[in-house]
Amino acid sequence: MQAQTRKVILQVDHLKQYFPVKTNSLFKPKNYVKAVDDVSFKLYEGETLSIVGESGCGKSTTGRAILRLDEPTSGKVHYSGKNILELNKRDMRKLRGDLQVIFQDPFASLNPRQTVKQILNEAMAIQEVVPKKERLERLLELLSYVGLPPESLSRYPHEFSGGQRQRIGIARALAVDPRLIICDEAVSALDVSIQAQILNLLKKLQRQFGLTFLFISHDLSVVRHISDRVMVMYLGKVVEIAEKKSLFDQSFHPYTQALLSSIPVPNPKLNRDRVILKGDIPSPIDPPKGCRFHTRCPFVMDRCKTEEPELREVKANHFVSCHLV
Amino acid sequence: MYDSDKPVLEVKGLKTHLTTKNGVSKAVDGIDFSLHKGETLGIVGESGCGKSMTSLSILRLIPSPPGKIVDGSILFKGKNIVEMSEDQLRKIRGNEISMIFQEPMTSLNPVIPVGEQIAEALRLHQKLGKKDAWQNSIEMLKLVGIPSPEKRAKQEPFQLSGGMRQRVMIAMALACRPEVLIADEPTTALDVTIQAQILELIKKLQAKIGMGVIMITHDLGVVAETCDKVAVMYAGNIVEHAPTEQLFSDPKHPYTKGLLNSLPRIYEDQDELATIEGNVPSPYHLPEGCRFASRCAHREAICDRKLPELIEQSDGVKVRCWMYTDQWALHEEKEEVL
Ligand SMILES: Nc1ncnc2c1ncn2[C@@H]1O[C@H](COP(=O)(O)OP(=O)(O)OP(=O)(O)O)[C@@H](O)[C@H]1O
Ligand code: SF4
Ligand SMILES: [Mg+2]
Repeated sequence: MQAQTRKVILQVDHLKQYFPVKTNSLFKPKNYVKAVDDVSFKLYEGETLSIVGESGCGKSTTGRAILRLDEPTSGKVHYSGKNILELNKRDMRKLRGDLQVIFQDPFASLNPRQTVKQILNEAMAIQEVVPKKERLERLLELLSYVGLPPESLSRYPHEFSGGQRQRIGIARALAVDPRLIICDEAVSALDVSIQAQILNLLKKLQRQFGLTFLFISHDLSVVRHISDRVMVMYLGKVVEIAEKKSLFDQSFHPYTQALLSSIPVPNPKLNRDRVILKGDIPSPIDPPKGCRFHTRCPFVMDRCKTEEPELREVKANHFVSCHLV
Repeated sequence: MYDSDKPVLEVKGLKTHLTTKNGVSKAVDGIDFSLHKGETLGIVGESGCGKSMTSLSILRLIPSPPGKIVDGSILFKGKNIVEMSEDQLRKIRGNEISMIFQEPMTSLNPVIPVGEQIAEALRLHQKLGKKDAWQNSIEMLKLVGIPSPEKRAKQEPFQLSGGMRQRVMIAMALACRPEVLIADEPTTALDVTIQAQILELIKKLQAKIGMGVIMITHDLGVVAETCDKVAVMYAGNIVEHAPTEQLFSDPKHPYTKGLLNSLPRIYEDQDELATIEGNVPSPYHLPEGCRFASRCAHREAICDRKLPELIEQSDGVKVRCWMYTDQWALHEEKEEVL
């Protein structure tokens, strides 16, 4: 696909999400966790863009801010010509039909006292997409999309395995005919053989319905499998964003390189040159000045400690923020 | 005298069952393996297959009730742990056999400075004096890569980051130079760049102390990079036991094959992932025959009749599957005749 001809479905500009941290003194200045700190990117129709990075880098917060599950501190999120962040409650609810989310722990997001039928019916009712008479037909259709037998309708979430519960979560997201689904660690809690089933299912549904995915994950092998483009975050900032192939063939940011080389690979014959980083991930309350990665970077220069690098295009559609490149 | 050519740890026919109101869960149901000094054995398998119950059984740390070792022996340097008194066990735990967990706070006391906790173990097991114990404790913290160890030693666990707590737990586990280290998902909760640091650290310390390591994980990447040999568990049994390279290059059991095939590859494009259809049987209602049968593409009548045994093949790999027995050929001939 050529970047020029692709249609932008969602555009995020200068998104910031600062969470206040409680201090135990009245006189101390208020502290903030800068969970997402000036993040911009575009999402093209029908693609899968993944956000990767380690815990606390702001992956999930970015997803939640787009859906306004938490109100972002500042920035813009454009979807079909409108800034989502400025919509009133009613318009926002309408939009929820287009934008759906699937979480890591399907159990926590499914009401244990509702049967699958009630869960799916409720989702459809909110959006009023299907007339009442046609609902049962639609329910069975949804189950068939996600590979669950019809008798699942009368069962409760706890009667299903983890993988099956994730299928219910996916059916619920599909119930309202969405265009964009945010998958937040959607397969992270699953065992590999089940994880493979769900990844295949997501790919199939994407082809079938032309869905766009924002796929949030810490697992780079999974990301490599599912994505068209990948965005790497570190401490609230985007450090690299590129077409998948470009990123996995040649990454430029030292953090991306370390991340890629840290993944244990299930091939004992492979001898890799591993970049092992020193030190821990700094606190997002008081992130390092200059480049936020400089405290762990093997190539750190004086400039990195004071001057923040900008995100620049180093190759076609491949953006990096590092003073080295 | 204990002979050093012999395995330091030998588990034979171990069965640990849990009795609950739902019935009896055969969490560990006949496990055999051995571990030599300096060797790393990986135990892999999906959630609930009995990895943790196996490792907890070795130190007799299973919650009881509901858990109980109902059969088998665990020989540590020739002595059977299953038959030891609590007193004898205390001398071994955290001293000759140590354990590290996914969640460091399971073995750390939240209100005691971390240096104190390590020193305490050294005083108890190594009979060191107060000053020596403290000095050694700081040495250990330095060894596991804690920056400014003198300062950190005086802090309580909550003042440290997750990665640092994990390191403190390792320091404590290794302070007494154990002969066996059991690591149950030691890096699962950590980020990959920190995981790489910790795995490297365990390897380095193993080379230094010469201990045997049991690495329990669901991550086949971690196995490939750290283990000499691997036991694959499924529903309370070992279904395949092989040297690491062989397991990855020539997997034998249909479950092992399915597991390896379903992994997304980091260096390769795949359109669709191979899957293993179906689910693991409940440990409360295990089938009579092969426990993998309901998900297996090779299933024959014999598979449902009787649980296959773990049998050593000509290349030394052990497999629990009817396909790798003499009965399989006989069985096929019979089917043809019929
Ligand atoms: N306290 C308990 N009471 C009853 N059953 C239990 C208890 N603890 C564990 N089990 C059961 O024992 C079996 C084996 O559990 P175990 O913790 O060894 O699995 P595991 O392989 O370590 O899984 P994971 O990868 O999820 O850590 C499971 O079926 C589990 O549900
Ligand atoms: S014993 Fe039969 S069912 Fe079990 S793994 Fe082997 S072939 Fe498959
Ligand atoms: Mg476990």
